Amino acid sequence: MLITKPNFDHTDDFYAALIKAHDGLSKAQSDALNARLLLILSNHIGDQSVLDTALKAASSEKELS
Amino acid sequence: MGKIFNTPLYPYQRSEDQDPGPATRHKVIIIGAGPVGLAAAIDLAQQDIPVLVLDDNDRVSFGSRAICFAKRPLEILDRLGCGEPMVARGVAWDTGRVFFDKDEAYSFNLLPETDHKNPAFINLQQYTFEEKLVERVRALQEQGKPIELRGKNKVTALADNGGHVRLEVDTPEGSYLLETDWLIACDGATSPTRRMLGHDFEGRVFEDNFLIVDVIMQADFPAERWFWFDPPFNRGQSALLHKQPDNVWRIDFQIGQDIDREAELEPENIHRRLRAMLGKDAEFELEWASIYTFQCRRMERFRYGRTLFAGDAAHQVSPFGARGANSGLQDTDNLVWKLKLVIEGKAGEDLLDTYSDERIYGADENILNSTRSTDFITPKTEISRIFRDAVLTLAKEHEFARPLVNSGRLSVPCTYDDSKLNGPDMEQLPRATRPGAPLKDADTGTGWLLDQTGNDFQLLGINADVPETLEVGGITIKGFQLSPTESLKTCYLGDARAAVYLIRPDQHVVARWLAYSKSATIAALRQATGKA
Repeated sequence: MLITKPNFDHTDDFYAALIKAHDGLSKAQSDALNARLLLILSNHIGDQSVLDTALKAASSEKELS
Repeated sequence: MGKIFNTPLYPYQRSEDQDPGPATRHKVIIIGAGPVGLAAAIDLAQQDIPVLVLDDNDRVSFGSRAICFAKRPLEILDRLGCGEPMVARGVAWDTGRVFFDKDEAYSFNLLPETDHKNPAFINLQQYTFEEKLVERVRALQEQGKPIELRGKNKVTALADNGGHVRLEVDTPEGSYLLETDWLIACDGATSPTRRMLGHDFEGRVFEDNFLIVDVIMQADFPAERWFWFDPPFNRGQSALLHKQPDNVWRIDFQIGQDIDREAELEPENIHRRLRAMLGKDAEFELEWASIYTFQCRRMERFRYGRTLFAGDAAHQVSPFGARGANSGLQDTDNLVWKLKLVIEGKAGEDLLDTYSDERIYGADENILNSTRSTDFITPKTEISRIFRDAVLTLAKEHEFARPLVNSGRLSVPCTYDDSKLNGPDMEQLPRATRPGAPLKDADTGTGWLLDQTGNDFQLLGINADVPETLEVGGITIKGFQLSPTESLKTCYLGDARAAVYLIRPDQHVVARWLAYSKSATIAALRQATGKA
């Protein structure tokens, strides 16, 4: 089951760390970092049904914007 | 060069069939003397079904072309009586290395299964492969087996008249007519048979070009598969290095879209690419070069009336994963026993539709794998390249990313899971040998399991009594018993104490039980021959 309720230990700390990781990077470097991060987290989840639900949730956001 | 591919191996000879008079009727005609056509012919002839092979050429293929032969096809070749000479001649390998940019990202080992007779892969030039098959044809002819190979016999027209197929054949001495009960078209990706009969061949076309080069050199690279993503010597593209026998090395360069073919094939240009890769002092001789693009597609059906399509004529994949010739050999493995039963009147013609069903299942699996490999190797969008490069970057440090690297999912046989020929399963037995699966080789204590199977329906009893023979509707099932060795336990018993397996002539499992039952065996045999 994909968790969609708040689940961060330290929400603001995570968000700041995510932005900070991209400090000083070019667009290409940032894209690469995001891709690596996504692959690392996806492997950590592993469960195909959770990943499918996450992909679907992310894709529907795109359609709305 | 006095190379084998310049030597006519089956030169044109006039046949009595060309004499004036009515067209001679044959049982089976095969069009195409490539790996697939020759394998089909050998399979039929060694089981005493008369077969005639027509080829528009008179020699083996030019250049190395298909070079990777996987374990399952080697097992099939063992059944055809020519596997061992191929393995003895080929270069066995099990290690692959993947490079990204300047460095090695990781290596993998296909981990040869110790209880199997054959290696995971051998590399062998297609011309040598075909030469060995022609040698096998000649050996069968000496034994008086009904097999004939006619060179410079080009089929120019054909029609399925319902009861037989009529062919017009062009030769250096003019054309003549032939008739055949059954036609097997093994005439390659551009299959003139398919075109003449007006059948479709739909699928996906890939735009990238690949320059493929055979180089003769003394080099101390090991017998491994080396694959480069975005290397300094071929920026933004990929490259592949493979060792073949006789110090011949296969090198593939991805060279992108919209290329100037003639300029790329200029020897100076190829030498420039090779020096960039191998070093400016490398000494080598160019044997063969070609540029290819590829498509992933298949025919809607592999049987149309009395014509059966096999190999590249029926389906085409990208070369990544070695799923071309390897799957073609599995086609004829599947087809020949069915055709034999139909010709002998022991099964209805509908059984041949299961050839189409089962091998379409295999072709779709190969097309899926080969398409995914191609998309990884040649990313089509900016974001797919970003993810591809992220995978490769992570693979160096992180084990989890390595399975995502896709430089070709190497050919393995499919399991015909949903085939209507499958009988009952006993789920507590190991999953790897369920109905529809190819047998897994095993050390039986008295030899290799796969050397003791094939060509007939067989009933294997492990710790279980089975009859020596059982007749069902003119078909003989041959029983044999084995004591459980460690490898038989692993693959065929699991936690069970005993098991009985009904095996098809192509070494796939029909059904399995914990003990022998005559009525269950008869029902499963009827199922496996399309009579249920």
